[in-house]
Amino acid sequence: MLIQAENISVIRNKKEILKNVNINIQERDFVTILGPNGGGKSMLLKCLLGFYNPDFGSVTKSSKLRVSYTPQDFTVDKSIPIRALDFIMLNKSKKNKKINDIFQELNIENILNQQLSTLSGGELQKILITRSLIDNPNLLILDEPTQNLDVSGQLNFYKFLNRIYESRNISILMVSHDLHMVMASTKKVICLSNHICCSGEPSTITDDPEFANLFGHDFANMMSLYRHDINHKHNGESDD
Amino acid sequence: MIDNFIINALIAGICVSIIAGGLGCFIVWKKMAYFGDSLSHSSLFGIALGIILGFNATIGTFITCLIFAGFLSYLQNKKIFSNDTLLGILAHASLSIGIIAISLSGQYVNLDAYLFGDILTVTNQEINFFIIAAIAVTSSLFFIWEKLVLITINEDIARAENINTKIIQSIFLILLVVFVATCVKIVGILLITSMLIIPAATSRQITNSPGNMAIVSGLLGIISIICGVYLSIIADIPTGPSIIFVLTLIFVLVLSIYRKN
Repeated sequence: MLIQAENISVIRNKKEILKNVNINIQERDFVTILGPNGGGKSMLLKCLLGFYNPDFGSVTKSSKLRVSYTPQDFTVDKSIPIRALDFIMLNKSKKNKKINDIFQELNIENILNQQLSTLSGGELQKILITRSLIDNPNLLILDEPTQNLDVSGQLNFYKFLNRIYESRNISILMVSHDLHMVMASTKKVICLSNHICCSGEPSTITDDPEFANLFGHDFANMMSLYRHDINHKHNGESDD
Repeated sequence: MIDNFIINALIAGICVSIIAGGLGCFIVWKKMAYFGDSLSHSSLFGIALGIILGFNATIGTFITCLIFAGFLSYLQNKKIFSNDTLLGILAHASLSIGIIAISLSGQYVNLDAYLFGDILTVTNQEINFFIIAAIAVTSSLFFIWEKLVLITINEDIARAENINTKIIQSIFLILLVVFVATCVKIVGILLITSMLIIPAATSRQITNSPGNMAIVSGLLGIISIICGVYLSIIADIPTGPSIIFVLTLIFVLVLSIYRKN
């Protein structure tokens, strides 16, 4: 176990943002949290990170945990002149010799010398993730990393993230709205609407009635079609 | 032979420019221009207290600005009103109370000197104070620099990396208060914010890193102080406005030459 929340509840303005939420992140997990706006997704991440203490319940962290975080809605104001490289190294040890390897591995060397405020949404996300990998974390927490990306940008980003997941001994916990991409790349999905409605592997969760309640029956059907389409290659022959 | 009062004025001005160079960048980055303005307005209340209770106006300013900044941060966290509403109320309330207090005190006070500054009357004792303030603020800012830049770019990332954002931000506010308290004498309450913002905004046009922006901003301040004091003597015009006039002139010049953005 890397980090675990047990029965946490958060109350803001007399409203339960989180209600008896349990979550447990293991080594090599790839978990995505889905859910409506205002469903407490970001709050859950912030409780795990320790920004807020839950009103009830507890968060336990393993002593091995080295967490890094990329926030929602990351944009940089034009008034701050800073190169991508300088931002990555901000408040980090300048003696780290593996940095150039990371730049090479993630293929971002061509944008390192550009001003942060001139980078595209996709490039910014790459820079953020690069920065978060510098201290060799074993858990990446990402809050809606693809929010400002178009569809091809999202696809690129998930490829990028999958490469990191495959090449490192790392766990990923992510909040996302891109259901199609999530179903294809993640290992476990948690649906959060103030409480955990349902959770499980992407291939089974679309059958859960709670999933249909949360995202609408049409959508659930569409997602399960999508899943069957993928499975078709494996199951098609035996079915015929 | 340069007169002693001019040398004092230049030393004081250079100290203030050095402080303003670094702090001003954060004011621009954090969009705190109105905050700086309100803080300086509140300093008149401190000056009034100093006059009435008979202690140094700089100390009075420092204490009221500190209370003002703390109170403001507290109210901002409460999020009852938007920031600019809050700043507008507090700034002008304390400015009015300050002026009422001065007029009730029955003493003659040269309000012009406080509103527009009076760098040419800086005394030898005050010079020591300016030098100490410049060294203290610059070295504190240097110490928290990277953390404060990171917080400015994104507070959540800084928090996730175990930076105590509240302490760093409070240090920044205290440094800002020190600046306002020392600078009132130089350019005056009404022009303090320009001392922070104009050099930083000018420097932004010609630099590409946070550190360089602060250094160039400080240098521009120093140049403007020297030229502004000189201009005020030869043209017999008020010194504070003269300094700001030179700053603005450089800003417009740089903007027209380097309009790369």
